Parts: sequence; C-alpha cells; structure tokens
Amino acid sequence: MQSLEALAREATDLAAGRNLPALNADEAEVGRILQICNACRYCEGFCAVFPAMTRRLAFDKADVHYLANLCHNCGACLHACQYAPPHEFAVNVPQAMATVRARTYSDFAWPTGFGKLYRNNGVTVALAVAGGLALFLVLALMVQGTLFHTPLAGDFYAIFPHNLLVSMFAPVFLFAALALGIGVARFWREAAPGAASGAAIAETTHDVLRLTYLDGGHGQGCNNADDAFTLARRRYHHLTFYGFMLCFAATSVATLYHYVFGWEAPYAFTSLPVVLGTVGGIGLLIGPAGLFWLNLKRHPEHGDAAQKPMDRGFIALLFFTSLTGLALLAGRDTSAMGLLLAVHLGVVMGLFLTMPYGKFAHGFYRSAALLKWAIEKRRPNPVGVGSDG
Amino acid sequence: MKEMHPGTVDVLIIGGGNAALCAALMAREAGASVLLLEAAPREWRGGNSSHTRNLRCMHDAPQDVLTESYPEEEFWQDLLKVTGGVTNEKLARLAIRESSHCRDWMRKHGVNFQPSLSGTLHLSRTNAFFMGGGKALVNAYYRSAEALGVRIRYEAPVDRIELENGVFRAAWVGDERIAARACVMAAGGFESNREWLREAWGQNENGEWPADNFAIRGTRFNRGVLLKAMIDAGADMIGDPSQSHCVAIDARAPLYDGGICTRIDCVSLGIVVNKHAARFYDEGEDFWPKRYAIWGRLVAQQPGQIGFSIIDAKANGRFMPPVFPGATADTLEELARQLGIDEAAFVRTVGEYNAACHVGTFDHTVQDDCHTEGLSPAKTHWALPIDTPPFRGYALKPGITFTYLGLKVNEQAAVHFSDVPSPNLFVAGEMMAGNVLGKGYTAGVGMTIGTTFGRIAGAHAAAAARQGESHAIA
Ligand SMILES: Cc1cc2nc3c(=O)[nH]c(=O)nc-3n(C[C@H](O)[C@H](O)[C@H](O)COP(=O)(O)OP(=O)(O)OC[C@H]3O[C@@H](n4cnc5c(N)ncnc54)[C@H](O)[C@@H]3O)c2cc1C
Ligand code: HEM
Ligand code: HEM
Ligand code: SF4
Ligand code: SF4
Repeated sequence: MQSLEALAREATDLAAGRNLPALNADEAEVGRILQICNACRYCEGFCAVFPAMTRRLAFDKADVHYLANLCHNCGACLHACQYAPPHEFAVNVPQAMATVRARTYSDFAWPTGFGKLYRNNGVTVALAVAGGLALFLVLALMVQGTLFHTPLAGDFYAIFPHNLLVSMFAPVFLFAALALGIGVARFWREAAPGAASGAAIAETTHDVLRLTYLDGGHGQGCNNADDAFTLARRRYHHLTFYGFMLCFAATSVATLYHYVFGWEAPYAFTSLPVVLGTVGGIGLLIGPAGLFWLNLKRHPEHGDAAQKPMDRGFIALLFFTSLTGLALLAGRDTSAMGLLLAVHLGVVMGLFLTMPYGKFAHGFYRSAALLKWAIEKRRPNPVGVGSDG
Repeated sequence: MKEMHPGTVDVLIIGGGNAALCAALMAREAGASVLLLEAAPREWRGGNSSHTRNLRCMHDAPQDVLTESYPEEEFWQDLLKVTGGVTNEKLARLAIRESSHCRDWMRKHGVNFQPSLSGTLHLSRTNAFFMGGGKALVNAYYRSAEALGVRIRYEAPVDRIELENGVFRAAWVGDERIAARACVMAAGGFESNREWLREAWGQNENGEWPADNFAIRGTRFNRGVLLKAMIDAGADMIGDPSQSHCVAIDARAPLYDGGICTRIDCVSLGIVVNKHAARFYDEGEDFWPKRYAIWGRLVAQQPGQIGFSIIDAKANGRFMPPVFPGATADTLEELARQLGIDEAAFVRTVGEYNAACHVGTFDHTVQDDCHTEGLSPAKTHWALPIDTPPFRGYALKPGITFTYLGLKVNEQAAVHFSDVPSPNLFVAGEMMAGNVLGKGYTAGVGMTIGTTFGRIAGAHAAAAARQGESHAIA
C-alpha cells in the first residue's frame, strides 16, 4: 500500500530530522498507527497507552519502546477500532506493539549479543530444558550409578549434595537477575521520566499486582477470541503470577531454614516451605494451563503470531516446573526420588537459564513502563491541544 | 394464510447500525422473533454508527460520566438554534426525554461509557462518550442480540419493499422474498450513493459536479435504496433532499470510512486559501467547534472543491494532531510548491494577510482581539501573522457525514402514507432524523435520535406483529 509506506517513511524522516536514531520498520509502524490514534482517541478509556499517547505529538524511538511495553496486549483497541483491517489504514495497535515489545527485550538485552536468543525463543527454551535435564540425569547416574535407589525418606542431599546444588543454581540465578536488571535499566534510561514519588510507586505496585490494564477500563476484562470481554486471562495470570511468587517464597523460606536455623530438608508436609510450594504449585499448574488454552484461542490478528513459540514455551516451562516439583513432593519417599529430583532440577535449570532471554522479561519491562507512566502522568501535560466538534 | 406459518418472523429489521440494533433488541425483549438484515459483510457491519463517539443526553444533575446538568429546556433550545426551527417539537422532546434514561438500557446490553475524551472538554456536560467509540457499541449490541436469539444475516442488502395499501408484507433481497409481520427500516441516509449526491449538489457555474470530489466520512453501504423505494411507494417524506452535513477533511482521506480522524482542526489558527491561493472566508469567525461544519460547504464552493489550511510554527500543538503529516517547508514559496499552488499568488496572499493583522492579546480560548484590518474577507479573531517557519499546509476537501432526507413519522415511529400511519412499517435513525433535525447539527444528537426512535420502532413493531397475529387467528 503506497500511502502507508509513504507515511512510514515520513515518520522515519521526521525522527531523523530531529537527529534521533531512525525508527526501524516495526517502530515506524507503531509511529504510523499512533498518529492515527492521536487524531481519533476513541480508545482513551481502555488503558494507559492512549492517555500517554495524547501527551505527545510525534513518536520517537524511546516513545515507541515505552508505549509498546505499556501495552498489555489486551486486544480491546483492536476489536473497537473503526480503522482495523480490512480498513486501508490497517490499524492494529496490539500487533504493532507486540512486535516492537519483543524487539525491545532483545535490543536491551545484556550481554548484547545474547538478545538473539529471543528470536526463535521456542528453540532456545527447548534446548535449555533439554540441557538442564541431561545435566542432572547424567549427574544422578554418575553419583549413584543408577536412576533408582532404595527409598531415602526424602533425603535430597543424599543424591545431590546441598553445596553442589547451590554452586550450580546460585550463579545461574544471580546471572539471570543481573542480566534482566541491566536490560531493564537500559530500557529505563532510554527516556528516564524523572524521580518516582511515593504515590507513583504505590500506583505502579497496585497496577502490577492487580494487572489493572487487563480489566478493559470498565472492569469486564480484556478480549481473547473475539470482541467479547473476559476476565479469564487476568485470573489465570493471577494464578500464574501468585503461584510463581509463592513457589519463590517457598524456596526463600527453605533457604532461610537452611542457613539461618540450620534446619535441613526434607521438611514436613505441613511445614511452611512445603505448604507455600504446594499452594503456589497448584496455582502454577492451573494458571499456565488456562493461559495456554486462551493462547490457543486468541484471535489471529491479536498480538504477534511470531511470538507464540516464546509465549507457549514460557507457559510450558512454568507448568512443567510446577508439575515436576509436585511430582517430586509426591514421590519423595519412593525409589524414584532421585529421578524425580533430577527432572525437576533440570526443568528449573532450563527456566533459570532462559529467564533473561524469554517471555519472563515482560513482567519487568511492563512494570518499568507502568512506573514511567505513573511518574509522567503526575507532570503537567506538555501538549495542550484546543478542542474540536 | 401461508405467511402466518411459524417460519415467518414477527419483526424484520433492515439495517445494521445503532438504530437497527436498538430496534432489534427492543422487539426481541418484547418477545418477538427477530431477523436483522445488514447489507454489509460482518467486518464492515454497523454503518455510520461504528464511527460515532457519543450521544447527547439530558440530565438534571451530574450522572456518572456527565458533569453538571443539561436540562430538557436547554437541550431543546440548542436543537431549536441549530435547526433554525426546522424540527418537530413533540418528537424532539420525546428524544430529549428518552436520552435522560436510555443509558441504563444501553449498559444492560453491554455499552460502556467514559468521560469526554481529551480535547473535548466542552462536551463533558452534554455528551456521554462510548468507551472505545461506536464500533465498541455496535459490537456490544450484536453480542447481546445474538445472545438473545436475534437472527442476523450479513451481506443481505434489501433492494425492494413489498407493500399492500401501506401495510408491510415482505422485503426482497435479490430474488429472495422475506416476509414478516412487521418491519423496522433503519438503513441510514443516501450519503454513499454517489449518483444521488451528484444530482443533489448539481453542477456549478464552472461546469463541475462538486459532489464528484467529496469523500464519504462513513460507510459505503448507505446507498439510500430504501429511501428511494419509499419515495416511489408514495410515503410522506421530510427534510431537504439536496442537503447534507458536510465538513472539511484532509484531502488525502479515503473515499469511504475516513471517520473522525481525517478532520483538520487548525483552520482558526491560520488562513485557508483556494487553489488560486486566494482566501475566501473569515477563518476566525467563531470557535472551531461551532464552525467546523460550515467549512465543508465553503470548500465545496471553491474551484476544484479544494482548499488549503495554512499555519506556521506558532500553531504547533494547539490543535488536535491531524492524521496525515502536513506539507512542511521553511519558506512560503516552498510550501506553495509542495501544495501545488501558485507561489507568487500565495506569497502575496500571505503578505497581505500578515500586513493586515492587528495583533492584540492572542487567546484561543476566548474570541480574542487579534483581527485583520482592511482585508477582505476579514479574519475577525485569532489573527496572527504567518511568519514563523516551518510553515505547514493541509489540503482540504469536503466530507459528507450524513444526508437530511427522511421519512415522516409520528411518536410511534410509523411510516406515513398521505398522512396515514402504516400499521406495521416503522422507521428509525438517519432515515427519519430529519423529523427532529431538519437542518444543522449538534454533536451527539444523531445517536440520541437513533437510540430513541430505534427503541420506539422496535417496541411498536413487536406489538404490531402480535396484533397482526391475533387478527390472523381471529
Ligand atoms: C464520522 C462520523 C462521526 C459521527 N459521530 C457521531 C457522534 O459522535 N455522535 C452522534 O450522535 N452521531 C455521530 N454521527 C452521526 C451518526 O453516525 C448517525 O446519526 C447514526 O449513526 C445513524 O444511525 P443509523 O442506525 O440510522 O445509521 P447507520 O449506523 O449508518 O446504519 C445504517 C445501516 O443500514 C445498512 N444498510 C444500508 N442500506 C441497506 C439495505 N438496503 N439493506 C440492508 N441494510 C442496509 C448499513 O449497512 C448500515 O449497517 C457521526 C457520523 C459520522 C459519519
Ligand atoms: C534453586 C532451584 C530449586 C531447587 C533446588 C528446587 C528443589 C525442590 C525440591 C528439593 C523440592 C521438593 C520439596 C519437598 O518435597 O519437600 C521441590 C518442590 C517443588 N518445587 Fe522446586 N526447586 C527449585 C526451584 C523451583 C522453582 C523456581 C519453582 C517454581 C516456580 C519450583 C516449584 C516447585 C514446586 C511447585 C514444588 C512442590 C511443592 C513443594 O514441595 O514445595 N521449584 N523443589
Ligand atoms: C513472575 C512474574 C510473571 C509471570 C510468571 C508471568 C507469566 C505470564 C504468562 C505465562 C503469560 C502468558 C503469555 C500469553 O499467552 O499471553 C503472561 C502474559 C502476560 N503478562 Fe505476565 N507474568 C509475570 C509478571 C507479569 C507482570 C509483573 C505483569 C504486569 C506488569 C504482567 C503482565 C502480563 C500481561 C499483560 C500478559 C498478557 C499479554 C501478552 O500476551 O503479552 N506479567 N504472563
Ligand atoms: S485503535 Fe483505532 S479506534 Fe482506537 S484510538 Fe486508535 S485509531 Fe482510534
Ligand atoms: S491492546 Fe489493550 S493495552 Fe494495548 S493499547 Fe490496546 S487497549 Fe491498550
């Protein structure tokens, strides 16, 4: 479509004229769409993206990166858009945003070259898990000579000594945290909005924990398969998110038990780490299963189809982390404990390895974008346009 | 009688926009079986309603998204003013009162409201905005209609109505005959019928057919087929057949469905010239919201039906950002070149205007004292010299919003033949808006009329179908 290309070019030129890095094609597409949205504004009530947009008249690289991560891919503005395909303006905000969003993860990734891992992320995840599994299965074999053993009453350290586990997981985990932290810091610095007030931080925390922008602006939820609203995505995400957090808390509590109190695993079924892990684990089974189902039913024009392997890979990874953990718990007194432990640890290793280079990044980048918005909205609007009919 | 077998629907709705959907929902709620025929395919359903953003609502106290109050009398006076009295007070007041309570019903069927959009503060008191705009509203109504069991057929343009002494018998889609006990027509105006528009606007003194250069702001499916059919059937008509609501939009707008975003809102901040680089009207006559609707006609009267809105850097950020980037240049000559108008004439026009500007205290929020002196036509407010590069220019062409010709109705929304209301044929929305809005426009009143009379027509059609049935049994 010639006029669209011309528009994209003009947007690029415009940015170049202001001596900013030129937008790539995906970013220019967001710029083109936002120029249409800015003249329309019908979707202002759905989420934070549109109010943030109206504070701008043109969209440079940093604006596009910020808005792409502020978008929650809820789909409302696709189904409500009078200019959505087949209209020649071909406005598809969630798709354009999703495409740029994935690129920001890889462009800001640290170390820089590792950003490539986001492309074909499904393969990355599969390889990491396979590698993790192989590692621990071989280790188990080397330690014991066989994958099965006489029941050990849940004595995990008889299979893998505690120090061995720490020496393997701690560096990987710390690296993941560092790499993600640097990536997000780079994203933040590209256009730092200034200092965060307490109110801005409180609002962001609220919006992150409640996933405010999956509620559609009216509380009836976001879109999935069609123009009907559903709270299912938000609820399954809550199960996933809080399930994950509880598992994380369980591991943290266990670490405390170990180092501070000197209480060694296995812990009783009624102990805090196991209860937290079990409850979280169940959430982390139902949540990802629901998200997977919704992902399969997602409207084809909604979001970036090329990212389905990354999304589904991450969903599967969470599901199997929980499943293998729960299986280990159930089987810890059996002769298969060593095998179950190796499998769980292998999957967990895959999760940790891919954490900074996969869908997991979305939570951090989105949270950062929400904080940018909470800061920015408290400042006077730089654009004071007159009114119309 | 063959037609009374259970396969015949009670109420047939023709059209698929706001008025049609309101009628369908009401008829279904009243227990009638309902079939809705939409000319457009599913992805283009909803007519002009899918381009709307709000409806005008009477209210005596602040109401969720509406601020302050907008009493019946004020609403009525506003209508009286914009129509210049070309309205029917009884029907108008009916719509006004209905607008004070129809929103609960709209919500029930899934419509969500939001406060006035940024840049539309002046409407926060009078107009309730649809969250996500008209397409979200239309989607919600279709969902609700489907859930309630309304049958919907897309790509079903009705081209003929079968009547018997003012009684509706059937509608024809191609060679398919669709009988029903009652019918509501809500198929919009004739704005996308290019031949009809051409005829309505006629030929100008330069031998041009101005309507050939118009864009249609809304759907391509409102071709006025039913209006024509009703004229031919001898129905009572209302509204000036040669008139349409016409605004100046970006000349690059698509032929159909450009919708709201193609408006150019910087006219009052600069000057407007025609293709000979001459000014032709006072750009600062009144606030833009009160004037934007006259500029379509003004541009339509210019040679080639084209105008150019010219601003300088001082106007940046003071108006709603336009959808297409304007021509931008550091000199007036270059801007003229880009716009394809005569450089010398353009520079002269701007020079004369600049020299005539009498700058006082610029304030876009009031009718300020910046004006021209000794210039014809004058610019009476917001007249600042165009002297700060970069200069920008936007080509304008007329965009048709809707037409005024409609069918005469009573408070039951019944179609009339020689002043006698039909017992089972009703009409709603743009097809009868001329009863209330014979002329002019004020934001949101189209949806108010469509919602009110759609609901009335649906309820009465259901009642008529019931009655028709009991007569048939008796
Ligand atoms: C860009 C734009 C913005 C607007 N904004 C507002 C606003 O904010 N507020 C407001 O109050 N008004 C607004 N209006 C006016 C408003 O759109 C109309 O008043 C209102 O939508 C009319 O509703 P309707 O149901 O009568 O017609 P439409 O919504 O146009 O529906 C007509 C339907 O009939 C179908 N149809 C046509 N012919 C046939 C046939 N032969 N057989 C079967 N089906 C047929 C069409 O496909 C369409 O679905 C706007 C108009 C435009 C163009
Ligand atoms: C350092 C990494 C990890 C190690 C060494 C580890 C080890 C273990 C062990 C030993 C158990 C068995 C506990 C028992 O039976 O008492 C277990 C269970 C479990 N793990 Fe992990 N795990 C790790 C990370 C994770 C992560 C990141 C998750 C999910 C987000 C997870 C989810 C679970 C679940 C749901 C259970 C079962 C519930 C429970 O026993 O608490 N694990 N894990
Ligand atoms: C531990 C942290 C998190 C986990 C495990 C997690 C997990 C997931 C998963 C599995 C998906 C499904 C992908 C899909 O099919 O769409 C998802 C999507 C999503 N997440 Fe998270 N998430 C986390 C944190 C967050 C945070 C903090 C936010 C918000 C600030 C967030 C917002 C979203 C949104 C809006 C989606 C749906 C949109 C999309 O498809 O991209 N998540 N998340
Ligand atoms: S997504 Fe479409 S309807 Fe929504 S603001 Fe953008 S252009 Fe307007
Ligand atoms: S998809 Fe949802 S979150 Fe993203 S811009 Fe559209 S409405 Fe906002």
